[in-house]
Amino acid sequence: MNKDKKPLNQFQAGYAVFVRNRWAVFCLIVLGLLYTTAIFADFLSPYRYDNEDRSYSFCPPMKVHWKNEQGALSRPYVYATSFSFNEVHRRIYLEDKAQKFFIRLLPKGDSYRLLGVIPWDRHLFGVDSPGRLHLWGADSRGRDLFSRIFWGARISLSIGIIGVAISFVLGLLVGGMAGYYGGRVDNVLMRICEMFMMVPGFYLMLALRAAFPPHLNSFQVYLLIIVIFSFIGWASLARVIRGMSMSLKEREYVLAAKAMGLSDIRIIATHILPHTMSYSIIAIMLSIPGYIMGESALSLLGLGIQDPYASWGNLLSEAMGIVSIQLAPWILLPGFFIFLTVICFNVVGDALRDALDPTLKVEG
Amino acid sequence: MIKFIIRRIIVSLPLLLGISFMTFLLITVTPGNFFDTLKMDPRVSPDTIAHYEKLYHLDKPLLEQYLVWLKNILKFDLGYSFYYNTPVVDIMKVRLWNTFLLSISSLILTWALAIPLGIIMAVYRNRWIDKILSLGSFLCLSVPSFFFAILFLYAVSVVGGLPLGGMHSVHAQDLSWGQRFVDLLRHLLIPTVVISLGSIAALQRVMRGNLLDALGQQYILAARAKGLPENKVIFKHALRNAINPMITLLGYHFSGLLSGAALVEIICSWPGIGALMLTAVRAKDVYLVMANMMMGGVLLLLGNLLADILLAWADPRIRYEQR
Repeated sequence: MNKDKKPLNQFQAGYAVFVRNRWAVFCLIVLGLLYTTAIFADFLSPYRYDNEDRSYSFCPPMKVHWKNEQGALSRPYVYATSFSFNEVHRRIYLEDKAQKFFIRLLPKGDSYRLLGVIPWDRHLFGVDSPGRLHLWGADSRGRDLFSRIFWGARISLSIGIIGVAISFVLGLLVGGMAGYYGGRVDNVLMRICEMFMMVPGFYLMLALRAAFPPHLNSFQVYLLIIVIFSFIGWASLARVIRGMSMSLKEREYVLAAKAMGLSDIRIIATHILPHTMSYSIIAIMLSIPGYIMGESALSLLGLGIQDPYASWGNLLSEAMGIVSIQLAPWILLPGFFIFLTVICFNVVGDALRDALDPTLKVEG
Repeated sequence: MIKFIIRRIIVSLPLLLGISFMTFLLITVTPGNFFDTLKMDPRVSPDTIAHYEKLYHLDKPLLEQYLVWLKNILKFDLGYSFYYNTPVVDIMKVRLWNTFLLSISSLILTWALAIPLGIIMAVYRNRWIDKILSLGSFLCLSVPSFFFAILFLYAVSVVGGLPLGGMHSVHAQDLSWGQRFVDLLRHLLIPTVVISLGSIAALQRVMRGNLLDALGQQYILAARAKGLPENKVIFKHALRNAINPMITLLGYHFSGLLSGAALVEIICSWPGIGALMLTAVRAKDVYLVMANMMMGGVLLLLGNLLADILLAWADPRIRYEQR
């Protein structure tokens, strides 16, 4: 964000305020970690998202042991797991003390492409087969929840960023044009905006989803969700940007640029939109959670990411059945990750508002 | 005022028209209609399906279908729901009432709690109670409503004592009126609390900010200087001015409730219009989707209008007519 060596610009001054807010910095680091795990999910998680073993259905989180039978310190290991049925034919998982599986660094496992290019089959940690490692338990089909949450982060976290990016480009463009040109252009664009804002977001989301065939492949669904949310999100931003650009266009420097014969598009891009930047950055930060929650909601209802693939909402859909939660409370974990991400974005967004927008500062 | 209201309604009619056309396109643009599933069923003859498709104009081109729908809506005929096999109006009436019940109860709960909490936070600003409530509201704002709903249902399933979703107990038919009312309240409790939590959190922050603003004004200083007791300063002078902007929010809140309640309705299996919309969209029940969407749009419109009217009523400085 730093530009040159002139006196502190708005962003540099804002940076100084921002770093003083320890919570915000902490949350920013957490977000950084979350996104890093999402990028390296395939390496960091012991299994692929679709690696299943039905004999581990709803296997509870495994206990990692640090001490051997004699009580001496040892390499961390898990016991093999076996199950028996209780009186209502539910599986009861027990540790089989006869067999130990040591947790190893960089064992061979499912193959993947690191960063999408480098083919590799080693994972950060794991156990040798036939043992399985379920640190946070397994889902109904015996897939490792730890791995699936990491894989799910890829979808859930990236949808927020990409969706916001698209809707902001749209919102900035439409808002900037409407405010700059005014008159009929403004009228038409704003009526379109209002049309989108008049439909409750959730209904619009459902209707937009319905406009596409239910059985798309996962990548198409992923793109579709992004498009849907960008479609819903741009209108409110466009309205605010329009107001700003309406007042900005009267400024002397814009008139000067116009007098010098700059094209309208260049004036909007280089003289008007940059001045809406601080508002936009705050709004971006505060609207990403909406996208993440929206994706989760859609996937939760079974209209988003489909099963073998993982997203946090999709993982949570198993928790829609209360019986499943009672059986395996750990399937609520993806929900806590949604919560963690959302709260971090909120804290960072609030801090950014304090840092970048002196007029919006609330007392207290 | 009346002129303003009429103008607002007239201006928004084209918007409603636009929404309806957009929705119609969205729902019909994919190949296939409600009867496609029936076509697979060997018990239903192709003739029957052709007959029904003709009856509901599904064999006509899209634009014509839309115009027929539009013509009917002017006669207050919302069309026919294929999925529920009844006129759309009948379902909407029941479902709208259910959603209304849920919305109103959560609206009451929200305002009854958020305003006092906001006042407490502002009066004890920066003390521990303010900090705890601020933290609480921040946490509540960050939990998605559907996750809250799941957590609550899970908690109830462990503790017991409350029904897990739905609107009536199975044996509700046999109960007396009083018992049925209690039964309904028990079912209402979880969805109401879930919906309210988020909005309480948001509203109490606004209330706190408003009251702090008002307390910083000079007339407060004057009131204090002339020796008024502190509670009189707060409740008589500051609060009245702080509550003004809140009145507008009431209108917006009303319009936002519908959309916000949808997910919670679905998870708590509350038979409202949010859940109805999901069913309708899934079944490609065209007229039901259209009616739902229009209802959502109209209610949002009314909410915003209500907000403007309330604002003019509460604040004599605001006048919508030009002299």
